[in-house]
Amino acid sequence: MAEKTCELMDCGHRACGGCGPAIAAKLILKGTGENAIVVASTGCMEVFSTPYPETAWKVPWIHSLFENASAVASGIESSLRRQGRDEKVVCICGDGATFDIGMICISGAFERGHDFTYICYDNEAYMNTGIQRSGATPYDASTTTSPAGKRSFGNSRPKKDMPQILAAHGAPYVATASIAYPNDLVKKVEKAVNTEGPCYLQVHTPCCTGWGFDGSKTMEIGKMAIESGLWVNFEMENGDISKAKKVKRKPVDDYLKMQKRFAHLFKPAINSEEIAKIQTIADTNAMEYGIDL
Amino acid sequence: MMQIMEGSHAISEIVKLCRPDLISAYPITPQTHIVERLAEIVADGDLDADYLTVDSEFSALSACVGASAAGSRVYSATSSQGLILMSEVCFNASGMRLPIVMSIANRALGAPLSIWNDQQDSISMRDSGWFQLYAEDVQEMADLHILAYRAAEDHDVLLPAFVCFDGFILSHTYEPVDIPTQEETDAFLPPFRPYQRLDANNPISMGMYATPDYYHEFRYEMDQAMIRAGESLKKYGAEFAEYFGRDYSSPVESYRMDDADIAIVALGSICGTIKDAIDEMRESGQKVGLAKIRTFRPFPRDEIISALNGVSEVAVLEKNISFGSAMKGAVGLEIKEALDNKGIPVFSFVAGLGGRDLRKKDIKNIAGLARDGKGDIFYGLREELL
Repeated sequence: MAEKTCELMDCGHRACGGCGPAIAAKLILKGTGENAIVVASTGCMEVFSTPYPETAWKVPWIHSLFENASAVASGIESSLRRQGRDEKVVCICGDGATFDIGMICISGAFERGHDFTYICYDNEAYMNTGIQRSGATPYDASTTTSPAGKRSFGNSRPKKDMPQILAAHGAPYVATASIAYPNDLVKKVEKAVNTEGPCYLQVHTPCCTGWGFDGSKTMEIGKMAIESGLWVNFEMENGDISKAKKVKRKPVDDYLKMQKRFAHLFKPAINSEEIAKIQTIADTNAMEYGIDL
Repeated sequence: MMQIMEGSHAISEIVKLCRPDLISAYPITPQTHIVERLAEIVADGDLDADYLTVDSEFSALSACVGASAAGSRVYSATSSQGLILMSEVCFNASGMRLPIVMSIANRALGAPLSIWNDQQDSISMRDSGWFQLYAEDVQEMADLHILAYRAAEDHDVLLPAFVCFDGFILSHTYEPVDIPTQEETDAFLPPFRPYQRLDANNPISMGMYATPDYYHEFRYEMDQAMIRAGESLKKYGAEFAEYFGRDYSSPVESYRMDDADIAIVALGSICGTIKDAIDEMRESGQKVGLAKIRTFRPFPRDEIISALNGVSEVAVLEKNISFGSAMKGAVGLEIKEALDNKGIPVFSFVAGLGGRDLRKKDIKNIAGLARDGKGDIFYGLREELL
């Protein structure tokens, strides 16, 4: 018998077992509380949580298009303010909607200074359409549009630095988080929604289907991303890095080996040259954010 | 009060009287004068509204979607490329049943780039689920905004609306126009009462996805709502006449049609020229009349049939082209369908694209061509350029 749930993200949605974004949605709503309005982009989360006439959302939720969540949020924020209402406006959108197709709307909304929080659940590719690369896909990840092959090691470009781009818009609070550190994520959501002005939060959400790992390993993968230095949890206040999670770093191999999207770097032979490049990305992160213990 | 005003400014004044909570627009010629004047009105505190200067037309209408969903009356204005950039949001706003009102200063679409008037922009959005009104003069253009809000927000309708008018020809022309008072407008147009809204006290999900088991019926409901929009426009048009003395209750306006042999059908500002040409043709004994289409969506089929009853030829003068269509123009096709089985020949004349001027002599030529059984052509081609 199903237990009665007190989560604002209800049970019964259709996400994969071990879905990182589904965990993120639940945690994000713990941070916003019930006095929030969620604006979604088209994508996995929208599809697994709102097949008409069912919805998993116990807060008001709206989805308009793939690329316009931040513009829709602008209108909602304006309307609420004029009505004297105090709900928090929170976009929850995938990395394709954020890094790529939604950029112009996001830039406009941040430049206008709306009081809202934009949360990107970053699973590092277009998962809903079948694992195509996005501007958030990491270097060398094999996706259906950046496949590893005889002349390719997978995605040829590093991940776009969205937090810096939004910090450059003058956002008062920009942060990254991971579902593998739930309390930290919830606190950052609380902080973002309670900071006046446009805030940005980018949440690492491992995708078992797209990355190729067993659904029971989601949290483990998320932790390993942090421990390898390939994902850094940090906070920026008014453009300056105020905090970054320190770790005793492990080699990137430990993270890469766990996922099929990087399998071509280990089979049929270990590609030391490419792995070294990825290690350099982690080392640069470590230096830039000062995360080494 | 009667005043001489530029068309765009008349719209700004009328929009102010409609008390939108949010104005969100992006500059594009020839829409700019409307939103510039509205910005001044807001800056002077004469209208208590949020004015969003956005990054694109796409964001302009997206912000309207958000504010409307949260329970506010919203307004936008655009033209040509801006409307086409918005098109994805247009289809979305109607599907979400949000009663947004938007002014369309009709302008040609590129390429080649043209800032001048035709109606390709809004006619191309025919199937986007917005009802479409077309104005002949500045007064009608102003009035139709009030009517559009009233009909769009009717809970039996809940569809967004375009108020279309010819760019430059109406937007930049000074005409005498009667601008009602705030009290008069408020009496006709009650405050926005959303059917549902985003509200933490009563959470709902909006804009969900629908599987094949449900989607079909959503589209059917929209079509039914569009049909009801036609009824609503008639009802509120009649009410508008009681309040303001100008009657827009019929989606088709007939001019000297009683004994007409040849009927011209048209939309927008060209109807004024057509009326003058008809007066002159009447003086020389030619029985020509005009059926002016005010509401293009929903298409007023019954009223068209009734207006064109008994004529021997119909000439549809239209500022759009449906490439590859046998009749050339999109409006002509619908008139022909309406008159199917009536034995009345219908001819489409694509004319005045990209701002090409149309004069009384052109109207007379078109009437003559229709009388001779010629049509479904590009009228007025400069053969030396071909």
